[in-house]
Amino acid sequence: MGATSNATAAQTSLPVEPDAGTRRLNTAKALQEAIGSQMEQDDSVFVMGEDVAAYGGIFSSTTGLLEKFGPDRVIDTPISESAFIGLGIGAAVEGMRPIVELMFVDFFGVCMDQIYNHMAKIHFESGGNVRVPMVLMAAVGGGYSDGAQHSQTLWGTFAHLPGMKLVVPSNPYDAKGLMTAAIRSDDPVVYMFHKGVMGLAWMAKNKRSIGAVPEEDYVVPIGRAKVVREGTDVSIVTLSLSVHHSLDVAEKLAGEGISVEVLDLRSLVPLDREAVIATAAKTGRVVVVDEDYESFGLSGEIAATITEHDPTLLRHFSRVCVPDVPIPYARELEYAVLPTAARIEAAIRTAVTA
Amino acid sequence: MRMETTEAVTGLRTEQRLGLLRQMILIRTFEEAILREYHADKSPGFDIGKGLVPGEMHLSAGQEPVAAGLCAHLETGDALTATHRPHHLAIAKGMDLRSLAGEIFGRESGLGHGRGGHMHLFDPSIHFSCSGIVAEGFPAALGQAFAFQRAGTNSVAAAVAGEGAANAGPFHESLNLAALWKLPVIFVIEDNDWGISVARDASTAVPSNAVRAAGYGMPGIRVEGNDVEAVHAAAGEAVARARAGGGPSLIEVHTLRLWGHFEGDAQGYRPELAGVPDKDPIPAYRQQLGDAGLLSDADAAAMEGEARTRVEDAVEHAKASPTPNPAEALKYVFVEGE
Ligand SMILES: Cc1ncc(C[n+]2csc(CCOP(=O)(O)OP(=O)(O)O)c2C)c(N)n1
Ligand SMILES: [Mg+2]
Repeated sequence: MGATSNATAAQTSLPVEPDAGTRRLNTAKALQEAIGSQMEQDDSVFVMGEDVAAYGGIFSSTTGLLEKFGPDRVIDTPISESAFIGLGIGAAVEGMRPIVELMFVDFFGVCMDQIYNHMAKIHFESGGNVRVPMVLMAAVGGGYSDGAQHSQTLWGTFAHLPGMKLVVPSNPYDAKGLMTAAIRSDDPVVYMFHKGVMGLAWMAKNKRSIGAVPEEDYVVPIGRAKVVREGTDVSIVTLSLSVHHSLDVAEKLAGEGISVEVLDLRSLVPLDREAVIATAAKTGRVVVVDEDYESFGLSGEIAATITEHDPTLLRHFSRVCVPDVPIPYARELEYAVLPTAARIEAAIRTAVTA
Repeated sequence: MRMETTEAVTGLRTEQRLGLLRQMILIRTFEEAILREYHADKSPGFDIGKGLVPGEMHLSAGQEPVAAGLCAHLETGDALTATHRPHHLAIAKGMDLRSLAGEIFGRESGLGHGRGGHMHLFDPSIHFSCSGIVAEGFPAALGQAFAFQRAGTNSVAAAVAGEGAANAGPFHESLNLAALWKLPVIFVIEDNDWGISVARDASTAVPSNAVRAAGYGMPGIRVEGNDVEAVHAAAGEAVARARAGGGPSLIEVHTLRLWGHFEGDAQGYRPELAGVPDKDPIPAYRQQLGDAGLLSDADAAAMEGEARTRVEDAVEHAKASPTPNPAEALKYVFVEGE
């Protein structure tokens, strides 16, 4: 497993969350840049998945990489997720650093055994003797009427299962820094990008899908949340596309004198519990905004984290999630269950009365 | 000449041949209408989530010969499982066009009251279903065949999916199980040369999926040329075998994806793109029947006119139907009252 040691050593030398500078990219480009840069520096890194080569990834996660690195390192696969994700595991065990794309996280059903019984457990079962330095990258989320099998986030499901780290960037800066950290990590990292944060030309987008990104390599440490807006009245704990909506709501309500803090979790595994507790302690009111199913998931974990720390910390806790229903196709129904800005705003207005 | 050869092989009567053409024209007319409606209100720029028909849209133009040839042998009580690209099969199986269009438009009048969308069409009245997860329909077809067998009927189940799906685990598990238990299943692989942007040669180690059938203990045949009559012949044999208790068969049809994988797909990865329209199977079959003296231009125009009337009625009906009530967004997760 010689290839792993170089990259690990290199990791420590990269800047941690440097100044963003002025160059602006969309999230997809920032992600492509992180992958490309690591591929340039480390021959053991390769990309594999369905339609990642000529197509450049259905959601543009790998655009341009085939042209730069050729078909030996940017590899289209058959529709055989168990086989190629399992192949990624085997290659990682032998010291390569695969980035394997599962086109939509919803497809995890056909290959989850490889992911949670194998990728996630090898390091533990081997008593720490075998590492799986692999990135499993997947598109998540809804909002464009793709129906119940193509619109889920499912991060709570993955985060529930021990042994894989899980990052979910909401913006270009974090997308690059977290991908760089994920590739260089000696643990398996699941990297979920919401289609709606990528800045795709063919999908509605928030202005926050474009932002300043340093040209040089850097890492956003896995497991560190970020306060993306300071506030004093109520805290939104959230991630991914919901960060965009939460910031929109916070900006709007600031005009009415309601001061909203927004915490972007960025990583779910490990979860930055300190940051969660800190914002809860600061405002005493927490609204979790989570585009995952409500029950048995992230929102409950946030409540437990705060309550276990100090049951008296909160005056208010509520959640804006997808109620426990598959994501409907019809727009009217889908937008009734997604955590929209309108639902977030209503939750904040209720929270501040507590 | 080719026609006579086919006729000798298939022994099709004139009405049957006209029926195949009529079916293909109906499907194409429907797909063209959805194409038009899908793109009508997505500008300026293409926004996949916009318009009366939002979301991914996988149209089946070019693959009509598979649907028409196969479904000519299926009864209402036979089952059919399809994929993310289901309209041709749904129509040929006999789905009510208004219910189909209603679902595509996300209306209450749709098969799933707008919950499912175009990849999730469930019509129990004709035992039709489809799924957006590649290869997901194979095992369910086994189960339907199992139920038919246990019920003592001679109904069969057909499972249709693309050549890309034939590299997924459920396909292989299903072939073995169907053969082992002699289930009345017809596996149909639509080889349209592409799985999104991945060419068949880049995904599949054997030149024909028909050869895989032998490895699982069932007959396999590959139909070349996107020829509806050849599909009809192969499907006829397979369906008869299944009905008679002879177990499963596999048919691979070399067909054609006339348009993109989904709407909005620029197909830059597809080198043969310029020549694709020339391979359209419908004008070719129409010509074939015309040359054989079975169909006049007026007959063909009448078929097209009839199809247009039915399709536009379905589209108009869908557009005029109510959208689902957001207050009912949580409905249908479970059986009411359970
Ligand atoms: C398990 C799974 N993997 C990947 C996908 C994404 N996907 C949808 S259609 C498709 C290509 C399917 O190709 P094929 O089976 O040949 O059918 P075609 O689209 O050509 O009709 C892929 C990869 C999916 N829906 N499900
Ligand atoms: Mg195909």
